[in-house]
Amino acid sequence: MNGILKTTALPYCKGCGHDLIAKKSAAALEKLQFTPLDVVVVTDIGCHGIIDKCLNTHTVHGLHGRSVALGAGITFGLDNPEKKVLVFIGDGGSTIGLQHIMEAARLNLNMTVVVHNNMLYGMTGGQTSGLTPQGFCTTTSADGNPFSGYDICELTSTAGASYSARIMGVGDITPSLAEAFAVKGFSLVEIMEICPSYGVKLNPRRKLSEIVESSGRKIGVWRNEKKSFIMQQGKKKNDLLASVEEVKNDFPATLEKDISLVISGSAGEGVQSAATLLARAAMRSGCHVTQKGSYPVTVGVGFSTAEVNLSPAPINFHGIDVPDVAVVTSGDGLTHSKKRIEGMKKGVLFIDESLDTPETGAEVVRHDFRSVGARSASLYALLFFANHTGLIDYEAIFRTIQESGLKEKVPVEKLREKLLQ
Amino acid sequence: MQNNSVEKKVLIEGSLLITESMARAGADSFIGYPITPANLLYLYGSRRMPLMLPAPDEITTLQWMSGLAATGRIPVTATSFPGFALMVESINMAFMMELPMVIVLVQRLGPATGTATCGSQGDISLLRGMISGGHQLPVLCTSSFEDCWSLPARAVSLAAELRTPVVLLTSKEEVMTQKSFDMSLLEEITPVKLKSYEGEETYRPYMVKEGELSPPFLPVANGKWQVRLNASTHDTNGILQHSNEEAMANTRRLDAKAREKLKDYTYYQLDEQEGARTIVVSYGITALAARDVVYSMREKGKKVSLLVVKTILPVPAVYADIMANYHKVIVAEENINAQLVDLIYGVQRPENVVPVGSIGKMITPGEILKEEDCL
Ligand SMILES: Cc1ncc(C[n+]2csc(CCOP(=O)(O)OP(=O)(O)O)c2C)c(N)n1
Ligand code: SF4
Repeated sequence: MNGILKTTALPYCKGCGHDLIAKKSAAALEKLQFTPLDVVVVTDIGCHGIIDKCLNTHTVHGLHGRSVALGAGITFGLDNPEKKVLVFIGDGGSTIGLQHIMEAARLNLNMTVVVHNNMLYGMTGGQTSGLTPQGFCTTTSADGNPFSGYDICELTSTAGASYSARIMGVGDITPSLAEAFAVKGFSLVEIMEICPSYGVKLNPRRKLSEIVESSGRKIGVWRNEKKSFIMQQGKKKNDLLASVEEVKNDFPATLEKDISLVISGSAGEGVQSAATLLARAAMRSGCHVTQKGSYPVTVGVGFSTAEVNLSPAPINFHGIDVPDVAVVTSGDGLTHSKKRIEGMKKGVLFIDESLDTPETGAEVVRHDFRSVGARSASLYALLFFANHTGLIDYEAIFRTIQESGLKEKVPVEKLREKLLQ
Repeated sequence: MQNNSVEKKVLIEGSLLITESMARAGADSFIGYPITPANLLYLYGSRRMPLMLPAPDEITTLQWMSGLAATGRIPVTATSFPGFALMVESINMAFMMELPMVIVLVQRLGPATGTATCGSQGDISLLRGMISGGHQLPVLCTSSFEDCWSLPARAVSLAAELRTPVVLLTSKEEVMTQKSFDMSLLEEITPVKLKSYEGEETYRPYMVKEGELSPPFLPVANGKWQVRLNASTHDTNGILQHSNEEAMANTRRLDAKAREKLKDYTYYQLDEQEGARTIVVSYGITALAARDVVYSMREKGKKVSLLVVKTILPVPAVYADIMANYHKVIVAEENINAQLVDLIYGVQRPENVVPVGSIGKMITPGEILKEEDCL
């Protein structure tokens, strides 16, 4: 059987800590009796990431900083505790991709992240990363990093990872790595090392152990008693079309030409649902319809406007610039639709009695729509429009209310009585 | 169950059709991050797809999708420009790794956050240039409710067949407007299957058979063959290379993939009128207005043809061929820089090609064509 590693001649600079991590990771996987094809190694962009070609495992080499999210996607897709998803990332990748690490830790996905923390960006020339300790010299902070670095273990532990550990990248680290790899749930091992090409050169006379200690980072293990994420499989999802209610054509056709209608009122006063009821009622009379809403981003306050097109023929363009019919049931609605109403040269405006009528070329019908209560004002106004113009049979609207399960919520009898007064 | 002739009228949004179509075609995972005007697709996706995951951002969205695709799933998502912008590097990754997926891009008014609740057609120039190296992803664009059913399924099968991310382009007014629709018109959708490797020789993930452009697939973690996926320049084994011949041939193949298969997915509606010297060309939401104005001109006895383009990228050459037959070509799209015209002609726009554009509102039928335009 093949081992995890294809070769022991790894492509790093002489003395680079990445060499030890790769070899001991392979040893740890073998110790846990993973075969190469049980393992998916996802590598980040950086010196540590050029290991792919030396591995007999499956290898996935993605983008800088995104390897943990990519590995998370693979973990979701495999959903198999017998397989091992292992992510190799640097301190640089952990900086740009911190969100992905926190997310995988929070969800406690069944995967292991190995952070190669050499305290700087190796591949790009030794710059300062978010994990560089305060005072550590890099090519871009020659006098020492003025900022303190993240404690990635504290972070993942707080986020909910089953296991987080920081170890020194010296000696036989196989047992520590094997302990992390064996965890069911999210595990992260941060391995402290120093890059001979930049770190050693820029910090002469400093020892790795002293740097780690003076940065306040503890060597140790952080554990959370938490179950690994398991996919909720097998939930049957329904055909979306099956749940769509059919609208029967059970009323005689009444509409002979296209009508565009805009109804404006206040949020929470049932403008959109009234417009939908009108649209469905029109469909019962053989009409083609479109309906869309507009409202502020904060859907619970301010205006609410619905645009409805009704036509005896199929509708293509459904924009409404100047409507044939405008219906206004509140002050919010009037403010929102005033310009349009002023632009009407013909057509009809139905407006609540309490509001001032804007300048318009439309025929104006004023009525006490709000007398049925604010929540029913829009529906009442549309019933009134249907009855007044005869364009849509108002009984079709009542029937639609009845069949749509809204009967309990809508004071049907009161509306009918008012309408026929 | 479909294709029966008994009328079944419903009142639905295009979002519902798009989601159901993708699911029936074989998309099995929806990864979502909320953004107006794509939220309805997220909602329907969560109700319909066997797997739904809420991502913490759009970079994660694309990375999770890529990971899922690496295991053999066909994931989809829906977003709008701000989210799409975050996805761009990861879409490049999925393109390079050759992972199938569909991204529904619901256009809204930009730049930047722009206006979330205002439609637009401002993103095709971005789509043309989004892959470093100038390579292209297939981009299909819906221009009717019927398209909201047929094109998403084709996007899924194209993604699987070509092993590539595919963008399904639409816009706010198409996915958020409810419309009466006869469901008996919906054609049957057959689910796709990824073409998987069945050979006995060692699997080389980026090796294609003679005459083919996409490699057969094997999921990572399979127990038979090692799989290597790589977003860096790589050879047929999936091993990183600087720029050797094999690696450059692989990148050239990626460039050729979408273009050489284009004839298999060139979708457009051409409605030519005998004797017409004017043609209206449009796509997406503006195609609705274009249809209206063309039909109404014909009712007035005017002669005019109509071309609605649905395959946006790579641009099929047939569009320019059709347009070349007319004395006047009016191209209507909801932006102010004639992006489709630009894609077709570059800086060599013929003088008889007249763009009609708009921002902040839909282009109306009357703005596209006047009677005197019908030569
Ligand atoms: C989005 C993006 N930004 C920047 C880079 C450039 N880049 C390549 S490797 C690297 C740093 C790698 O440092 P680290 O992750 O610490 O790994 P090391 O090289 O030290 O092993 C950077 C910034 C990139 N590839 N992608
Ligand atoms: S530059 Fe530093 S991190 Fe990169 S291989 Fe060399 S020693 Fe290792």
